[in-house]
Amino acid sequence: MPLDAETRPIFLDTLRRFVAETLIPLERQVAETDEVPEAVWAQMRELGLFGLTVPEAHGGMGLCMEDEVRAVFELARASPAFRSVVGTNLGIGSQGLVMFGTPLQQARWLSGIASGAIVTAFALTEAEAGSDSAAVTTRARREGAGWVLNGAKRYITNADRAHLFTVMARTGEAPGARGISAFLVPAGLPGLQIGPPERKMGQQGAHICEVWFDDVLVPDDALLGAEGAGFRVAMATLEKGRLHIAALCVGAASRILEEAVAWARTRIQFGRPIIEHQLVAGMLAESQAELLAGRAMVLEAARARDAGAPIPLEASAAKLFCSEMVGRVADRAVQVFGGAGYVADTGIERWYRDVRIFRIYEGTSEIQKLVIARELARAPQPSFNS
Amino acid sequence: MKVLVPVKRVIDYQVKVRVKPDQTGVDLANVKMSMNPFCEIAVEEAVRLKEKNAATEIVVVSIGPQAAQETLRTALAMGADRGIHIVTDDIVEPLAVAKLLKGVVEAEQPGLVILGKQAIDDDSNQTGQMLAALLGWPQATFASKVELAPDAATVTREVDGGLQTLRLALPAIVTTDLRLNEPRYASLPNIMKAKKKEIAAKAPADFGVSTAPRLKVVKVTEPPKRQAGIKVKSVQELVDKLKNEAGVL
Ligand SMILES: Cc1cc2nc3c(=O)[nH]c(=O)nc-3n(C[C@H](O)[C@H](O)[C@H](O)COP(=O)(O)OP(=O)(O)OC[C@H]3O[C@@H](n4cnc5c(N)ncnc54)[C@H](O)[C@@H]3O)c2cc1C
Repeated sequence: MPLDAETRPIFLDTLRRFVAETLIPLERQVAETDEVPEAVWAQMRELGLFGLTVPEAHGGMGLCMEDEVRAVFELARASPAFRSVVGTNLGIGSQGLVMFGTPLQQARWLSGIASGAIVTAFALTEAEAGSDSAAVTTRARREGAGWVLNGAKRYITNADRAHLFTVMARTGEAPGARGISAFLVPAGLPGLQIGPPERKMGQQGAHICEVWFDDVLVPDDALLGAEGAGFRVAMATLEKGRLHIAALCVGAASRILEEAVAWARTRIQFGRPIIEHQLVAGMLAESQAELLAGRAMVLEAARARDAGAPIPLEASAAKLFCSEMVGRVADRAVQVFGGAGYVADTGIERWYRDVRIFRIYEGTSEIQKLVIARELARAPQPSFNS
Repeated sequence: MKVLVPVKRVIDYQVKVRVKPDQTGVDLANVKMSMNPFCEIAVEEAVRLKEKNAATEIVVVSIGPQAAQETLRTALAMGADRGIHIVTDDIVEPLAVAKLLKGVVEAEQPGLVILGKQAIDDDSNQTGQMLAALLGWPQATFASKVELAPDAATVTREVDGGLQTLRLALPAIVTTDLRLNEPRYASLPNIMKAKKKEIAAKAPADFGVSTAPRLKVVKVTEPPKRQAGIKVKSVQELVDKLKNEAGVL
């Protein structure tokens, strides 16, 4: 449901203040300790951030896509590690349940997901199944009234904090996508093991781990959606997820550009602020124009989705453009800062590393191009009717 | 006990204000507005009193243009129960605000009124005191701690050189200082719920109060720019300048 004209500014304002007053001052600490403080998790729970996309009937806010991306524009102004705290619950961890869960499954999990009492993770990627996600080899075989899971997943966000995993596993002999089913697997089951957090390029504070399934027994009602429909569950959450990531890129780019502009206005070389040197001004202007373009793409696609239009092409195009855009914006920001952009103190080199992942997860840029081209081949006109 | 909290919509504390070229006031066009931070502290205090079961109902009131409704909604989202909006586009001076609030107090009969000690736009620091005088109620200004009993309030005040503790018979007026509490962020679900709470619209005329200004702003100017400092080469030079130029030694 869309927020009304009076509620929306209060909501976005509150979020912006929380980001500015609480999250941004902690960015450096989080990067250095690789840990988002418990108090921040608690504050995010109190604010209701875990439940933005869970329907109101289950204790969430049930935001429409446009309000969701506007909220993400704000949240993403702080280090992406903070967004990652709630990211899985907002997207891949909850939307499968919202779209395909039985009333019983929804009643069991969604209110906890909305409050943040339950942290979710989404386990699709495997060593041999990355971009080719239909190649998963993790297996679930029927046993009595339940299923037994075996296999290994990797790069799973929030795995070390998660209470609930949505796991994609092969249930049939059908090759590729058709043989895959989705399962709701609670943490702590015998045979379920989580690896240590990976060391990675950026976003310290957000963790990804390997997850192993060694004869993990789950009951029959752990199956999410129909048997063999797991890939559909995964892909349906992705359209929304890609727009969410695109919004994340826009929010991050707006913060990075703001920092670069503030620097360029005060850093003096050759007797004047460097923003008055045309080559520097040009970098900032390009970043601003691209940022506005990305923002417009995200908002238009979000509104189209809210109006009921399918937007696989628009979501992929927004994810492709915005993730590449924020990369360029961050790269120019390092250039504008000069040596100070390469030295850790200003935080700019951290942003440069943090935004690099956006071109990789939830579908690499190359995969987005394949999706866009596939849609073009099907219906050569992108929809401009929203 | 019912608690009344007046809240004012002001220029956001993070905005760098600019004086209008004709020096008649501050430029408010397209400037971000928020609840006055001291009013926020007052709302927070009322909500905490309610959470401790020392208060039963929190009524918030704002005097100002249509947009002040957003400020009331924010207070409702923080935990106030209902709002009263006295709608006026005039600039209302502290005395008229106090007279309007007196009207609200007479209609609502609260046991306690908590106000911000001042609004960060005009820094008058008058409304609470004037309201206390008009009502003939006891007042404790600049509160850094408030404790409530059924018939009395114990208030710690920040005064020059230390703290003063007052005991006031209720009903009473309290104005908040910065260190009274740290206001919460309204939770996002509560922001949505706030729109279902009642806000009653009133006009100054309903209270028989004229908002016509009694003061005339002659001129508004920016504070003088800070001059650049100077570097001295030695302690000797410093002492010399302090003695002979600044005249402080
Ligand atoms: C920080 C982080 C968090 C993650 N979180 C999760 C999570 O929560 N859950 C989850 O399931 N996964 C998660 N992942 C995994 C992520 O989605 C994958 O890493 C991503 O999909 C790419 O897969 P891959 O790493 O196997 O790369 P590969 O698929 O091996 O790709 C390598 C390169 O080949 C290119 N390529 C591959 N196929 C084609 C093709 N057909 N045409 C053209 N180019 C191609 C790719 O674009 C890329 O450039 C996460 C990864 C990271 C790093």
